[in-house]
Amino acid sequence: MTHHTTSPRFKDNAKAALVDPELQKALHFVETNFPQRRRNVADMLPEFDALRDAARDIKNHTLSFLDLYLETFETRATARGSQVHFAVTAEEANRIVADICRTHGAKTITKGKSMVGEETGLNAFLEANGFAPVETDLGEYIIQIRHELPSHIIMPAVHLRKAQIEADFRRVHKDLPKERNLDEPAALLAEARATLRAKFLAADVGITGANFLIAETGSAVIVTNEGNGDLTATLPKVHIVLASIEKIVPSLEDMAQLMRVLARSATGQEMSVYTTIFTGPRRPDDPDGPVEHHIVIVDNGRTAMLAGKFRDMLRCIRCGACLNHCPVYHAVGGHAYGWVYPGPMGAVLTPSLIGIDKAGHLPNASTFCGRCEEVCPVRIPLPRLMRFWREREFERRLSPTVQRTGLKLWAFFAKRPRLYRLATAPAMQVLAWFGRKQGRFRFLPLATGWTKHRDLPAPQGKTFQEQWRERGRP
Amino acid sequence: MAGSGKRVGLLVTCLVDLIRPSIGFAAVKLLERAGCVVEVPQQSCCGQPAFNSGDRATARAIAEQVIAAFEHCDYIVAPSGSCAGQVRVHYPELFEGDPNWQPRADAFAAKTYELMQFLVGVLGVTGTEARYEGAATYHDSCSSLRECGVREEPRKLLGSVEGLTLKDLSDSETCCGFGGTFCVKYPDISNAMVTKKAANVAATGADMLLGGDLGCLMNIAGKLAREGRTLAVRHVAEVLAGQLDQPPIGAPTEREARSAAPEASR
Repeated sequence: MTHHTTSPRFKDNAKAALVDPELQKALHFVETNFPQRRRNVADMLPEFDALRDAARDIKNHTLSFLDLYLETFETRATARGSQVHFAVTAEEANRIVADICRTHGAKTITKGKSMVGEETGLNAFLEANGFAPVETDLGEYIIQIRHELPSHIIMPAVHLRKAQIEADFRRVHKDLPKERNLDEPAALLAEARATLRAKFLAADVGITGANFLIAETGSAVIVTNEGNGDLTATLPKVHIVLASIEKIVPSLEDMAQLMRVLARSATGQEMSVYTTIFTGPRRPDDPDGPVEHHIVIVDNGRTAMLAGKFRDMLRCIRCGACLNHCPVYHAVGGHAYGWVYPGPMGAVLTPSLIGIDKAGHLPNASTFCGRCEEVCPVRIPLPRLMRFWREREFERRLSPTVQRTGLKLWAFFAKRPRLYRLATAPAMQVLAWFGRKQGRFRFLPLATGWTKHRDLPAPQGKTFQEQWRERGRP
Repeated sequence: MAGSGKRVGLLVTCLVDLIRPSIGFAAVKLLERAGCVVEVPQQSCCGQPAFNSGDRATARAIAEQVIAAFEHCDYIVAPSGSCAGQVRVHYPELFEGDPNWQPRADAFAAKTYELMQFLVGVLGVTGTEARYEGAATYHDSCSSLRECGVREEPRKLLGSVEGLTLKDLSDSETCCGFGGTFCVKYPDISNAMVTKKAANVAATGADMLLGGDLGCLMNIAGKLAREGRTLAVRHVAEVLAGQLDQPPIGAPTEREARSAAPEASR
């Protein structure tokens, strides 16, 4: 029940995105705001880079002993009264959640934002089983009523402008008076809040994701800026946490370390507004909280990643810094990537989840500028991992034929320097002669990918190596 | 002199070799002026196009050939952060775990430098006698910046060029959209990126754009020319060496420009 992917049509998606004026304005906002915000808070913290090293090490350590920590988590969470479920596949995770909802005769289900829920296609599955889950994160709610995927892993509706959201609210909220002024963002928020408040109070089951699962205490942790996660988790009589296996950290202290890099990397906040640690269901003397607490831990291909070349990707804490700093993301936005996870982290993760045959464009659509790796709070070598995917494609002969043939021809000469020198010298002379008038080409056969958008500077004439040898130098 | 007698192998880089040899000669002049003995072993390319296209076997074969041709030198220097980065960062990665090649690749990587980094960081060059009357701006190429850690070196040397004013380029650390084969595999996205870059370059008011990587410079120069902007684009080595006799990147020679101009405008 996972989402239909348009990743194979990445190029067409990108083309459409580039000429969408509203989207471009929204992306301009990301590009001109978030990198600066991150830099500001990072500069305020002299130990920020040391914290990133610590964050990487905590994650690496946890991944090395993941089985141990998962078992510990299960034991501790169970001891606190939570029910822990392990799901190997996305389908299994969805089924477990739907069964819990069914057992409790859930009529209203609220949901906090969960990327793994997007990954498993949980909403679609629940709807197909007769439930009507309601997203409670504002951005996630907006994309739910638009029947879209999130375009960013922490700001799901960042591709939209205010007027588009107003139009959606007027379309969906049937009781919204026509004359109500929704010009101000606060008015939009109030409108969403009024609608969602009723759902919070009516909900039988609340489903959230988790930023961390803590082995030491059996707790699930979520951070939000809206507090919707807390209302989703504490008001209904059943709270279900959906989280993937790599969300585990050993201790509360480890979580505290990771928290110090999470919000700073994500939104440029020192901390998110709400951080909540959920441990077990309501105890007899608790004033509130769910009667039942379920934690569904999803593998969905991650164990295979753990044993292979993409293991580093499992350190990801889903902060979105790599998206916020990616010039390709800034150009085309998240939907162009065609599935749940966009940007550099998506370019590595998506092929693992839906296959490189479908997601082949994603790791290729990068200049390897390295900005993502430079800002990653857990130091994932994203370009290196994208290159691994390119190697897989090359080995499996999935890359385009023209590209492969060109590469082969070039490699033939590049591996034979003398032949290369003899072959390139006259070619450059010819090109230089044709280009001598302008010093550049506006059009050149076989180079239209280049000359479609820019001129191609002409060569000067004799190659360096020819001139060097003419001067009799070694 | 700091570099006296040091044997430097010039990794010309394929783009400089084929498109703009004057950058190579400017690099030679800078190195020789600092006392180095420069040699140019027969070469083709560092192998990066193969490496980034997923063809590891070819990348490795080319890397072996480069190491064999250059490793007798004291240092290997490239007028490009991209090619120097390929050697410094990725050659060791290519031979990871190979008992014969890994030590050679590691040693080779450790003595390979981007030109500015070598001049300032290794040779301790602090200035140049070059002159340039005008305002220039500088674009940091991604590999220079992030793989080689070059940021202050070119600015320091440019600061010593008499008559030159260096203007800050906003987003100088953002990719120009070249990305090797990326620019032809995803021309529309590359175009969006270089369009922003060209606008930022023009907004500085400088009359010349400088950089340390010919790929990026060709990309930006090509865009500036297509948009009808008249900024000169050059490799930083050309200015530092005072070798400005060749027309800027993508510009015609003066003689050709004169003869191409219509009668009336003469």
